[in-house]
This record gives sequence, C-alpha cells and structure tokens, in this order.
Amino acid sequence: MKWFLHKLAMMFGADPRRPSADEETDAARAMKALKKTPDEVAKRKALIADEHENPQFSHKWRNLRWVSIIVINALFVISFAWDVQLVEGSMSASRFLGFHMADPNAALQVMLAFKEVMLNLVIGTVTVIALWWIVGGRAFCAWACPYHLLAEWAEAIHLFLARRGWVKDHPFHRGLRLVLWVIFMILAFATGYTVFEYINPVGIVSRALIYGPTVAIIWVIFLLGVEIFFSRRFWCRYVCPIGLTYGITGAVAPIQIKYDLEKCLHEGECRAVCLVPHVLEITKMGYAQDEVEFIGPDCTRCGLCVDVCPQNALSFAVRGLDKII
Amino acid sequence: MSKTADTPKKPRLTRRELERRRMLIRTMALGVAAVSAGLIGWYPVYKKVFDRLRPPGALDEDEFLAACIKCGQCVQVCPVEAIKLADGDEGYGLGVPYIDARAQACDFSCDAVQCVLACPTGALSHLIAKKEEVTMGFARLARPEACLAMKGLGFTGLARGDDFPGLLRYEEIDRWEPQPVASHPYELEICDLCVRECPIEGAITLEPLSIDYQDKRRVPTIHKSCVGCGTCEMICPAEPAAIVIDTELALEASA
Repeated sequence: MKWFLHKLAMMFGADPRRPSADEETDAARAMKALKKTPDEVAKRKALIADEHENPQFSHKWRNLRWVSIIVINALFVISFAWDVQLVEGSMSASRFLGFHMADPNAALQVMLAFKEVMLNLVIGTVTVIALWWIVGGRAFCAWACPYHLLAEWAEAIHLFLARRGWVKDHPFHRGLRLVLWVIFMILAFATGYTVFEYINPVGIVSRALIYGPTVAIIWVIFLLGVEIFFSRRFWCRYVCPIGLTYGITGAVAPIQIKYDLEKCLHEGECRAVCLVPHVLEITKMGYAQDEVEFIGPDCTRCGLCVDVCPQNALSFAVRGLDKII
Repeated sequence: MSKTADTPKKPRLTRRELERRRMLIRTMALGVAAVSAGLIGWYPVYKKVFDRLRPPGALDEDEFLAACIKCGQCVQVCPVEAIKLADGDEGYGLGVPYIDARAQACDFSCDAVQCVLACPTGALSHLIAKKEEVTMGFARLARPEACLAMKGLGFTGLARGDDFPGLLRYEEIDRWEPQPVASHPYELEICDLCVRECPIEGAITLEPLSIDYQDKRRVPTIHKSCVGCGTCEMICPAEPAAIVIDTELALEASA
C-alpha cells in the first residue's frame, strides 16, 4: 500500500526512490541478492552481448496505437464530413452512437465555471471514466489523443537532433502538472470561463481536424517547436491537466504494464523511450519492490517499453486475471 | 580588516545543484507562461471586447461562456451551417459557437432548434423548444437611407448576388432542403425581403411612411416577437445591410 502511494505521489511530482527495507518483499530481496552473484552477472553480460549482436526491433504496440489514434480521430472527422453520425462532437464532448461522452477534465472545468452539475455531462463523464479506467486511465493519451501522435513525431525529430548534439533536452519539475491542474481548476471557478481550453492543444487539434483549420493551430505548432528544440515531450510530461485527470482515473486500472524482475537485465532501454520514465525507475538495479509488479499509475500504456525490452521483462497484463483463472 | 572577509562566503553550488536550481526556475517560468497564455485568451471574452451573435437558446453571455464545452455538436446538426466556432484570434472564446448572420443566418430550417437538442451542457438552454422562444438579439434598421423600401423602390434579381453561398428555407420549393439564396431570384414591386423571409410570424412588417396612399415608401418595423435570428440581415440586398441584429450583448450594454 505504502509503495502504491509512493507511485501515486510520483504521478503528482514526487521523485522516484528505492523501496525501503520494509517495503521490499522477501522474494524481491532474494532475487536482487541472486542477481549479484558472479554466476548471474556473467550470464547477464553474455545475454547483453548477445542482444548487441542480434538486435531486435519491434513496433507492434506502437503501430497498433497509431492505428487506434488515427481511427478514433477519423471517426470524428468522417462522422461530420460524411454525415454518418457515429461520433458527433469533438474530443471534449461527443455522442457515440447517441450516447453521451465527455472529457472528464473539460467536464469538471465546465461544471466549476458554470457552478452547476449538468446531468448529460455527468453521464458522459462517467461513461468515459469507466471505459478508460478499464484500459488504464492515461491510455487515453497514448491510444486516442491526437496531440500525442503529433508530439511523438516531434519527439522523433527531437531525438534525432539530440543524437547529433544540436539540441538538448531541458527537463522541468514534474510537480508543475499538479500545480497547473489546480490553478486551472481555480481559474475556471473564479473566472467562470474554461481558461485552460484556450491553450489546450488536444481540443484545438481535435476541432481543427473536424471543423477545418484554425489560426489556433499556430499555438500547437509552437508547442511542438518547443518540444523539438527545447524540451522533450514537455506538454505531456509537465503541463497537460487532461493527462493528470486520466492518470487519477486509471490509478487502479485493470490493464497494467507488468514488470518481471527476474527477466530484467537493467539496461534501461525502456526508460530511454518512455514518456514518463519515472514509472520505470523500478527497472533500475535494486529499485524493484517485488519480483513481479505493475508500473505506476502515470503510465500511458503506450507499449513502447514492451516493444523495446529485449528480454520481455515488460508486458501487458490484466490485474488479478491470474487469480481468477 | 576588509569587510568581505567577515561575511561568510556563499557555499559554491555543485554542478548538480546548479542544474536543479535552473530547472526549478525554468519550471516556474513555464508555469507562469502557461497560465498567462490561458488568461490572454480569457481577457477579450471577460472584457466583452467583441460583439457576437450566439446560437439560438444560448444562455446569457457569461453563463453561456461558462457552460460551453466547445465540442461543436451544435455546428454538426445545423442544416444551414450557420453556427461557426470562434478561432483563437477572434476573441469570442476559442471553440465557442457564434453566428455571422450576414454570411449565414439561422433561418430555423431545422424547425425544432436542433442545436439546442445537440448541446450536451445546456449552454444552449434546453428550456427552449420553439423558435418563437429564442432570444438571440433584436433587429434594427441601422441604415434607413440604404433601405429600398424606405425609398419606395422595388427589387429585381438575386438578393445577394450570384456568388453568395448562403442558404435559406424556401418552403414553397422544398420544405426540408434549404436552397441557395443565389438560386432564387426575386421580382418585387416594393422590396419586402426582410418581411417576406422572416421565419417568425409578425416579427417585422412594412408600415407606410406617410398617410398619402400614393406614397410607396415603407418603413420596416420590428416588433417585440423578433428573436434576432438574422435572416433579415442576411437577405437584405443593400450593401452593407440596411437592417442588422443587435446582439443580446449589445442590447445589455446599451440598456
């Protein structure tokens, strides 16, 4: 429990740390001790050498995800463009085959601004929360958010330039996201206007896709520019309150990324590709709490770590499924 | 002894501490920048810098702005596509719907205020069920000198020229399919377009300018039942329109 609370705190900006002696399970302690034996070290070195000789790449989850983002957003676009009315509206609120859907963050802001609980929004929000809770809260970011896809491409450019030493990543404090979340909620209440929506790239991109290009897209291009030249994935990592709302939504979601300490060679490939590397701190030598554990609630279930891990130490899992079967 | 020797030397920061300090300063700057950027978008809305006609059923401007979730479902159901979403540089609230009546008025082609039914938040109030209950604004003869009826003139041709893309319901042609205004030429002895095309019964009438029955001049007179849909403003052949809609916002400001 305490370890889970630590993971939750990490989502709100706390620094990652090792588990304390009483948090660490006996199995994890034994496994860590075993991994330090000369035999195991030699074995690990051999495996790593083998990996370097036979590098394997997979983009399975990434490709699936890109298809998902494109299909979801295309449904919005064609629903209006061809008037087929599958998903009417945009990312902030819609009707899917007539059922209300609402972005929890936007709905909360609107209710704070309007100071009234709107039934349709509550219905829509509950539906959306229930759906995204199953797949893991921030799965919204990786599997539906149109800005996420653009930001991934910007990130690829950033990494390309960074490898050549032309740009450098300037990290921010992750706690900023919570601070901004609170500030924008207070602003919505105090001003009676959803102030955040003016700078919300998710809404801007979604509306531009559906209703045609807008001047506001310049803001999104600016944000992507900052991500390319100044700070890797800064909007998703340090700013976006929608991501945090979904993170809270999926804090105890059924679908999780499972980490298997035994298989892990502690190379850090997963942390290098991750949008929220703090959730993968447990893959550092000595940082795991249990032999098998789920990574933190801030995880977007993007599957990049699953794709990149050469030892399959990270995998998609359904919480408690093994206990049921 | 010199003074500097007395004061304890500031401990030199390690590289790591320096990095962290820079990171925290950067973070504060980003926080301030993000909040400021949001407030920039809010300011013109708060100050009501720009005048705007909101879709039928819209709550009072302040409440409407608070309640709108900016999803555009009202845009999607409008048969004449009168509703547009404001852009970031327009100051009407990014993504908030408005109507530019001169370009495309709300002519109630949908009958039952579809946009109101589509609105998931009630920013377009669900209390409204009929077009007669709408209060978007109020028509006003702003340029009487340009009004053809005021000059006793008729009108022949296309109301807004052949390249005008606007749509209007011509019930006698098709009850359900709004027709391009550019496909519908008129031949009128006295121009009464604003009266003829007004979707609200008795909202506007032409009254004689004088008691002389040979005097053809007429005054478009707007009555209380006007809902401010803007059809008269769209159809007015004078350029710019002789008749315009004062928005609820403008009416509030002048009251």
